[in-house]
Amino acid sequence: MLILVLLGINLLAAAVLAVIGEKRYAPEVNILGSAATFVASVFLAADVYYNGRMISGREYFFVDEFNVYLAVLTAFVSMTTAVFSRPYMRHEQERGRLGKVAMRFYHAMFQLFIFAMLMALLTNNVGILWISMELATLSTVLLVSLYRTPSSVEAAWKYFILCGVGIALALFGTVLLYFAAEKVLGEGSKALQWTNLAAVSGSLEPTVLSLAFVFFMVGYGTKVGLVPLHNWLPDAHAEGPTPISAVLSGLLLNIALYALVRCKTLVDGATHGNRAGQIMMAFGLVSLLVSAFSLLRQKDIKRMFSYSSIEHMGIATYAFGLGGSVATFGALLHMLVHSLTKSAIFFTVGHASQMHGTQEISRIRGLIKGNPLVGWGLMLGVAAIIGLPPFGLFTSEFLILTATMKSAPLLAPFFLLGLAIAFAALLRKVMPMVFGAVPDYQHNQRVSHTPVILHMILVLVLGLYLPVFLSQWLHGAVRLLR
Amino acid sequence: MTAGLAVQINSVLAALILLTSFGLLVQRRIYGMLRLFAWQGAFLSLSTAIVGYTAGLHHLYISAALTLALKVFALPYILYVLIHRLEIKRDVEELVNIPTTMLIGIALVIFSYYLTAPIRELSTLITRSTLAVALATVMIGLLIMITRRKAVTQIIGFLALENGLFFAATSATYGMPLVVELGVALDILIAAFIFGIFFYHIRTSFDSLELKDMEKLKEDE
Amino acid sequence: MRIVYSLIIEAAQIAVVLAVAPAFVGWVRMLKCRAQGRASAGILQPYRDLRRLFYKDVVLAGNASWIFRSAPYVAFGATVLAGAIIPVISTDLPLGLTADVIALVAVFAIARFFTALAGMDIGTAFGGMGSSREMMVASLAEPAMLMSVFTISLVAGSTTLSEMVRVITSGQFVFRPSMALALMAFVLIGIAETGRIPVDNPATHLELTMIHEAMVLEYSGRHLALIEWAGMIKLFLFASLGVALFVPWGIGGPHEVFMVPVAVVSLAIKLGIVGVCLVLVETRLAKMRIFQVPEFLGVAFILATLGMLSFFMLE
Repeated sequence: MLILVLLGINLLAAAVLAVIGEKRYAPEVNILGSAATFVASVFLAADVYYNGRMISGREYFFVDEFNVYLAVLTAFVSMTTAVFSRPYMRHEQERGRLGKVAMRFYHAMFQLFIFAMLMALLTNNVGILWISMELATLSTVLLVSLYRTPSSVEAAWKYFILCGVGIALALFGTVLLYFAAEKVLGEGSKALQWTNLAAVSGSLEPTVLSLAFVFFMVGYGTKVGLVPLHNWLPDAHAEGPTPISAVLSGLLLNIALYALVRCKTLVDGATHGNRAGQIMMAFGLVSLLVSAFSLLRQKDIKRMFSYSSIEHMGIATYAFGLGGSVATFGALLHMLVHSLTKSAIFFTVGHASQMHGTQEISRIRGLIKGNPLVGWGLMLGVAAIIGLPPFGLFTSEFLILTATMKSAPLLAPFFLLGLAIAFAALLRKVMPMVFGAVPDYQHNQRVSHTPVILHMILVLVLGLYLPVFLSQWLHGAVRLLR
Repeated sequence: MTAGLAVQINSVLAALILLTSFGLLVQRRIYGMLRLFAWQGAFLSLSTAIVGYTAGLHHLYISAALTLALKVFALPYILYVLIHRLEIKRDVEELVNIPTTMLIGIALVIFSYYLTAPIRELSTLITRSTLAVALATVMIGLLIMITRRKAVTQIIGFLALENGLFFAATSATYGMPLVVELGVALDILIAAFIFGIFFYHIRTSFDSLELKDMEKLKEDE
Repeated sequence: MRIVYSLIIEAAQIAVVLAVAPAFVGWVRMLKCRAQGRASAGILQPYRDLRRLFYKDVVLAGNASWIFRSAPYVAFGATVLAGAIIPVISTDLPLGLTADVIALVAVFAIARFFTALAGMDIGTAFGGMGSSREMMVASLAEPAMLMSVFTISLVAGSTTLSEMVRVITSGQFVFRPSMALALMAFVLIGIAETGRIPVDNPATHLELTMIHEAMVLEYSGRHLALIEWAGMIKLFLFASLGVALFVPWGIGGPHEVFMVPVAVVSLAIKLGIVGVCLVLVETRLAKMRIFQVPEFLGVAFILATLGMLSFFMLE
């Protein structure tokens, strides 16, 4: 019941925002919808925390330790993004980059997008997961091209086509999975339910599932943005409005990875080995290295941080592939803290580029003097994202590194190399932007403080201390994934 | 209709679907591609209906009807109107010449045959042999998307790929559960509207629907 | 006694091939005239043409070598040999057992090779151009032809034509996608091989477009008559090969001498229908540019290959 309420809020908010159109209070309605979703998700989480896993809605929905923390995270980040988008989008309107129709569309689609992601997380059905993933793509495609500039249209087209193809291959994987499951579970929706599939994964046909995993890997891997399927990601993240970049980077990639990891556990169950994990390790490590090198030559600030997202998704994929409780725990934590950090960075980046009227790194200067919150926010965000202690990413990366040393020591140098290059590249690019004198074309503006501060505090806290409920969830999720 | 005859008709339809894929691969005119695409949808719908009849699965009639409505009438019509309104040049330009594309297509068919071999052996359904054709259709749809230069032709390739997926669902498992099929159809419909909007966007920002104009976003800007 | 029956049937078949081929061409021409609203010269006109050419004297170019002089005989002989192999009216052919479809393709290739050589022998521009075009078409058509025929031999489990016909007629009728695709490919190849529209136009001497006619432009008298006759037989044979492979019902089996009249009647009916189809194609289509011929044959090749693949995949 609670799940239906949770999903219903977003749909309702999307409908309301589509109907009322561009009003003065539309951003507030947007925030309200997201906040209500967040509250509902917290209730759901509490319910799961006290009463354990649950299956509801005629077995179409289920909640366990793995998806509940992602659902809360999704609801939380979407709420803070809604808060951030109020001043940001208003400023974009004042600059004349967006009209009334675009704003109405933006608000409605934002809510629909959150709905699609929560649906993907909470559904118990592999087929519906696929549909929600596709819906998430479709709802954001036109948001990427919201500015209607040639490059944004091009980016959106690339996003649409590449993700469309990728996700189509994932559907083929789903068909194969259903083929294998039907033999064991019989026809109908019940043969596509995670709960049923997980129970019988040992008796699924291994050859079919291995083949299915190849399609899942390519399909959902495209959405995760793994190299070499990542082509759409920097463009889509750089050309869309910044709030959309924040949720794409912070949330959508997580959801896609979630889908991939769920599939992996089934395949592992069927094949009694870790071949799927090895494929994921390879994709993850290549993504880490390639994106780290790409970071070195970025000129656009949003593009640069999109590459950083690829890098971190690579790390998480690699860690899930590595398996074992330490690496999996690290990967789960990594998804959480990366999402918080990356969206905070995008918030500050959005303000920074508005202050300078450009996204070019070489023209953004003197942020700390110009606007201390934006400057320090970016600085600390980058410090967190490159894995400096005491932030949460240090913890997760350290865990993953420890696991690597233990079970695949030969890969450790590559992993460290990737991290080191990303570290150097990001620091080198960010230092001149943050420090130094204020250029004359910089103009200060009203910024939204709360989301950035909130995210950074959370990342800091997670680096120092893991709350009991969270560690219980993560341990539960690790048990699920083993 | 006996089961044997149904299998024969179904495999003839599978061959026709494969043939229309190749037709899409070699066709030079956009309207010709649209017509071929509609035919492919018609064969697919007929095949789904026949499988539904022989297997006694009535939910397949619904997906056959959906395919008929969407792939044979609605989408070709929408595309036709768009092409007409936007006055797109009717010739299709391809990046790779046609004989090479055809040979790659053949290679893809053989590849899909080998890829689906284990499934064919495991399956007991009468449609199992058409799975290779389904995967080949998916692969050829991809090839069309890669080798063609226009936004419209990419979309036709994408939809042909989607046809292959539907066909795969029918031939491997007698169709996915109805909820999933309906959801997929809904997604495709939304996608169709989105690319309709897109054509206008691309048109207004690039003044053409040639994808070669859309190659600005590269690494070395 | 049986061998005598076989010899009788073989002789009857060769006689049928020689005698009926001009009539088939006459039938096609007559239909074409009707379809285009012209008065036709009747079904017997090809016979009159051949007789007229045989009565005429041969005019030879001064530098014509023995190749030029012997090519018509070789081409005619090879084509008639092909006529002895293909089960036109019966499968009980002593010669048919000695040669399978691959040999058949080779026999046709011999005829074409010598005609092409003769085309270049005189050294005129048209002859050379015609030969080079003919060889281009042939080099693309032959692989496609082999693929198409292989597909049928896969279905039948044999490469001997008589055996293939026997297998296909014996069992219950089955829809086979591989056969359908092979048939489509075969039709395209047949059009190219026999020089019909849209690949070549047998009725024109327009210098830019002609292929086969350019090659034999220098021939006259009985040489030309033989080449023309061989051409008619070739068209007839392709039609009856198609009929034999794809709708073989009505062809006589082993030692069935008395089936021969029935077979001739059924052949006449089937070829009549083939003629109508051919005319429909020829009147509806325009001749394509020579640069498009490779693509046309490429399509045939793809169809044949798909036919073969669908045999493995779908059957």
